[in-house]
Amino acid sequence: MSANSIYKPQNPLMQWMERRLPIAGLVYSSFIVYPTPRNLNYWWTFGGILSFMLGAQIVTGIVLAMHYTPHVDLAFNSVESIMRDVNYGWLLRYLHANGASFFFVAVYAHIMRGMYYGSYKDPREVLWILGVILFLLMVVTGFMGYVLPWGQMSFWAATVITNLFSAIPGVGDPIVTWLWGGYAVGNPTLNRFYSLHYLLPFVIAGVVVLHIWALHMVGQNNPTGVEPKAEKDTVAFTPYATIKDAFFIGVFCLFLAWFVFYIPNYLGHSDNYIPANPGQTPTHIVPEWYYLPFYAILRAIPSKLLGVIALLSSIVLLAFLPWLDTSRVRSANYRPLYRQFLIVFFLVVIGLGYLGSQPPEGGYVIAARILTAYYFVFLLIILPLLGLFETTKPLPNSISESVLREGLPAGASAPPPSGAKV
Amino acid sequence: MNAHRSIVLAVTLAASLSVAAMHAASAQEAEAPSREHWSFHGPFGTYDTGQLQRGFKVYREVCSTCHGLKLLAFRNLSDPGGPGFTEPQAVTIASGFQVTDGPNDKGEMFQRPGKIADRFPPPFPNDQAARAALGGGLPPDMSVLAKARGYEAGFPWFIFDAFTQYQEDGPDYIHAILVGYEDPPPAGVTLPPGAQYNKYFPGHAIAMPKPLSDGQVEYTDGTPATTDQYAKDIAAFLMWTAEPKLDERKRLGFQVFVFLIVLTGLLYFTKKRVWHDVKHPPELESRPPTGQPKT
Repeated sequence: MSANSIYKPQNPLMQWMERRLPIAGLVYSSFIVYPTPRNLNYWWTFGGILSFMLGAQIVTGIVLAMHYTPHVDLAFNSVESIMRDVNYGWLLRYLHANGASFFFVAVYAHIMRGMYYGSYKDPREVLWILGVILFLLMVVTGFMGYVLPWGQMSFWAATVITNLFSAIPGVGDPIVTWLWGGYAVGNPTLNRFYSLHYLLPFVIAGVVVLHIWALHMVGQNNPTGVEPKAEKDTVAFTPYATIKDAFFIGVFCLFLAWFVFYIPNYLGHSDNYIPANPGQTPTHIVPEWYYLPFYAILRAIPSKLLGVIALLSSIVLLAFLPWLDTSRVRSANYRPLYRQFLIVFFLVVIGLGYLGSQPPEGGYVIAARILTAYYFVFLLIILPLLGLFETTKPLPNSISESVLREGLPAGASAPPPSGAKV
Repeated sequence: MNAHRSIVLAVTLAASLSVAAMHAASAQEAEAPSREHWSFHGPFGTYDTGQLQRGFKVYREVCSTCHGLKLLAFRNLSDPGGPGFTEPQAVTIASGFQVTDGPNDKGEMFQRPGKIADRFPPPFPNDQAARAALGGGLPPDMSVLAKARGYEAGFPWFIFDAFTQYQEDGPDYIHAILVGYEDPPPAGVTLPPGAQYNKYFPGHAIAMPKPLSDGQVEYTDGTPATTDQYAKDIAAFLMWTAEPKLDERKRLGFQVFVFLIVLTGLLYFTKKRVWHDVKHPPELESRPPTGQPKT
């Protein structure tokens, strides 16, 4: 990092500490003087929001764990006792359940931003792959958390998802038995899900550290996709990024509060207030909304094994984006064709989400197949070809130049390119 | 612009596909319950104590014969945000129930009058006893029934529901079931033995006999003693048993909103101040105010 990132404490105690454990210097260089592009828009605040949500989920989760009982006969009632008898237990539980949803809202916004502005491209491949790993860990953690209240949807979601492993040829059934800890979803399953649901958030926190480390190695991308070239292309993390992140965390919390306090069960399924009953299958087994696009992909494919492969590859393929996308231009703002195909891709994912919530019959299945086809065609065919044939718009010479051009009053022409002087 | 056209095309395609699919799926589903007026709807909604007391009376005199309320304790009846019974009244109500306790010194279970700390005793000792007494049907426990039932508003209504804070699909469904019996059933409908026709029940064949009829429960506060009113009162009461902290939640929610709006507003203006020089770079500001280009 640049020379001004060296921390020189004045306080003798801090000097003594800095010679032994330079933790204050690490914070200083990572979160105070760290240079961030000056043209970042609000889509770049979701990283901060995600860190905030991870912290919030861990804090509420640890308190909930003090009152929860991971046993098939007691779990449902222990959650209800949290809602009734624990001081502010209703608040903790609704914050945690809706917090999980909003965690996914933020991660999807974060992923969309990365795809739109080409944040995965050289030299940010490892940063991006760590992000895909984080998303996978979130998916697993969220799923296990949903099982814990042991309602009908909890139980049947656990049954359906663990059964996916039975599609593996030859060893599928032994693997499922091993996952369950028995011959059906039961108490051992609930116990291990609880244990892992407590463990995985800390694994996520660890990978987040790597993610931020990698980010600070290569620096942030920005809406132009042009790397900062001079000092005036960037601003210091503090106060500029911190205050902007803080403001948008406030806005995000307003949305979260709307759900927590006024419609806390809007995102849930009413069947999960029916205690788990292995003898009675719900009419429609539906996962939480944030898994619906992947659930639609799974069900769109008639073969179980191929469906599972499609489900997995729909996420894993994202890790290969840096190589699937052959264009050297990062930002979709300068790639007119990519921009169109990408926006359709986002709409297709939303459409798949809707189809995942509907029964797998009739027109829904046909629609899901069309949209699934686009999902994979976009990633595997359109994306590699676009980079070869697309005519991109001219890039600005530098971040400052693009900022100055935007800041000009209408009718005025741009100042001479300042990038040339650097 | 091209981008816009392709988006419009994609949205139209997705919409027409889903409309076609919806028509295929909704052919044999039950009628959607009507949306009733509930005192606990909206950001400032609270339970109507009079309604909860009437609903409790309906539960006690009608529903409790078959349906349990095992998560509810007698003490809850005097909790704030509930039916508003005083603690002595809750004690009296508790003592009107027989509760199984034990084992005693002789190793035997025994019956005693309920205490305020007890939960509502179940109507049947176990599920098998309930099934044996009721010809095979198992009446669900009603503690969280108002959150365990509902109906799908469908696209696009579910989007509006997030803005209008509609969370009363449970009580609307319960009310609809209680007023939705039709005897005799519509022509051409054959029911399995022992089943009743209910136009709101999925599949229409409900095992529970029509539980409420006009004048069945005596109301002393001048509220009309009609099936419709009973159904509303019991549905409101069950919403309270399912969500006893609703009043507290909405009250705290308002305080949190005031706090968050002030905090976010202050953060916004601080952000504007901090970023002022970056957003208005000296290179631009130093130029003549007429905006004449230098070149």
